[in-house]
Amino acid sequence: MELFLAITVGGLFAAGFYCLMLHSIVRIALGLVLLGSATNLLIFTINGLQRGFAPLVPEGQEALSPPYADPVPQAFILTAIVINFGLLALLLVLVHRAAQETGTDDTRALRTELKDSKQ
Amino acid sequence: MTPSALLSLPMILCLGAAAAGLLTPSRAWPRRWLALMTMVALAAVGAMLLVTVRREGIQSMQVGGWAAPFGITLVADLLSALLVLVTGVMGLTVVSYSAATLPASKEAGAYYPLVLVLVGGVCGAFLTGDLFNLFVWIEVMLGASFVLLALEARQEQLEASIKYMSLSLMGSVVLLCAVGLLYGAAGTLNLADLAVTVPGLGTPNLMTAVSMFFLVAFALKAGAFPLFFWLPASYHTPPAAVTTLFSALLTKVGVYALARVFTLVFTQDSQLTSTLLLVMGGLTMVTGVLGAVAQYDMRRLLSFHIISQIGYLIAALGLFTRSALTALIAFLIHYIFAKSALFLVSGATARVTRTYDLHQMGNLYRTQPLLAALFFIPALSLAGVPPFSGFFAKLAVIQAALRAENWIIAGTAVVVGLLTLFSMMKIWREAFWKAPPENQPEEPTRPLSLGDGVLGPCMAMTLFMVVLGLGAEPLLELADAAAGQLLDPEEYVRAVLGGRP
Repeated sequence: MELFLAITVGGLFAAGFYCLMLHSIVRIALGLVLLGSATNLLIFTINGLQRGFAPLVPEGQEALSPPYADPVPQAFILTAIVINFGLLALLLVLVHRAAQETGTDDTRALRTELKDSKQ
Repeated sequence: MTPSALLSLPMILCLGAAAAGLLTPSRAWPRRWLALMTMVALAAVGAMLLVTVRREGIQSMQVGGWAAPFGITLVADLLSALLVLVTGVMGLTVVSYSAATLPASKEAGAYYPLVLVLVGGVCGAFLTGDLFNLFVWIEVMLGASFVLLALEARQEQLEASIKYMSLSLMGSVVLLCAVGLLYGAAGTLNLADLAVTVPGLGTPNLMTAVSMFFLVAFALKAGAFPLFFWLPASYHTPPAAVTTLFSALLTKVGVYALARVFTLVFTQDSQLTSTLLLVMGGLTMVTGVLGAVAQYDMRRLLSFHIISQIGYLIAALGLFTRSALTALIAFLIHYIFAKSALFLVSGATARVTRTYDLHQMGNLYRTQPLLAALFFIPALSLAGVPPFSGFFAKLAVIQAALRAENWIIAGTAVVVGLLTLFSMMKIWREAFWKAPPENQPEEPTRPLSLGDGVLGPCMAMTLFMVVLGLGAEPLLELADAAAGQLLDPEEYVRAVLGGRP
């Protein structure tokens, strides 16, 4: 299972970085979604896949004994998803605005520097 | 009030005021005054924090009373406290400058609450004692900065925001990976706990690999070579007040985070990291200053100088001696003020000439004598001319490099200083000295006076530079004490974990 997830994480990162290099802003946004998911999956995988070991302290003991599913990485992932979602919503607003402005989602249409230097 | 309660105040103040600001009626004055008052309070809290830490040692606070490695920890050592104080002062400067320069319609909108969220995020990043919280605070700060950058939604701002946002989010992904990997390896993210556990893990190579993730993520936030593209692509588009805020605070969080993790946590392979940081710092200095040479837009030119000055900071971190860290802290403080002064002045010149293009300016020396003086002092200070603060800060970096027998960094620092002077003189020649361009409409421009409110903040920054230059001794002393704390993590660890009930 670890191997499968590791390959998935690698594939997601590759796809995400590929999308970031495209000229379409919507695809750049999708690339960032993929990167975010890849990171979350990476955190999930690297901190140990456990099944059926709830992190509950057994009766009569003071602390958890080792085989248990650590809840902390899941808390990280949850927080990261929320942050990622919020920032992504903002990016989509920008993309929408840029599309209104230029009539396309091509990053090359947005460039203003070339126009400046001609003046 | 107990000293440790002071630690959470900066964030409570800023975020609380941001929320309250959004609830006030949508007019300029309540939001403006709320922001001003909050920044005054923040600066006061920063000063109290600095005095407390100086007197009683590193302070820590466990939020909600959960014991150290499990709960949320806030820590203030001298460096953090000093930076919170500077953040408060910068916030105050930027808010008063915004009040004088921005149109009332913009002030009535979400502008001030966003500035407050950004400042709160920056303070959180300086004060947190936990890497995951550092990530969260950095995201808070970035989120606010994205909106501030795009607030006017002109096309160039949209272009800048999309570049800045996608590259920053990529950096955040790398940072989150680093945090996740480190938790997987060490089982904790509390900085003090990491300082204890990481050396005992017995996997130095894995730790070096993880530390490289942090290096990339924070170097991207700091705008270091070769990860600085987002900075010159975006910093010249928002209003001058926003650029000042960004240049004063955002990249500094990256530098602070680098200094924190590489002094406290990843000390296992210092040879490799310090070589990397030195190479990075040297190249950052050179590329930044060379990039500036080709620029004729005042703000773009200044943006490239942000990069070159970041190089000094990173090189000083790479030297990793006590005198180098002292130089880093003194330089950081000087540079926040110097750069802000220059950006504020660039906003004031643009107000007079209605352009940032140096070709279209001229003769400001004659028409705006006070403005010319307020540009001249920070420009010389940035280049490192005595008796201003830049001279002592730069001298400290060069001396540290000489003492570490690193001739290349020392030489680079001197040459880049000269090129900075050259570049500042270019602005001086083009904007202030030369005759005005011929097609300039002949409107009699009244000299800006202090009453306009534009020059007040510039004046304050310039004053700081003169004071820090003539009285450099106390700052260097404080920086030396802060460097001592950075190099000896024991006090930090004791302050966080020692108080465990």
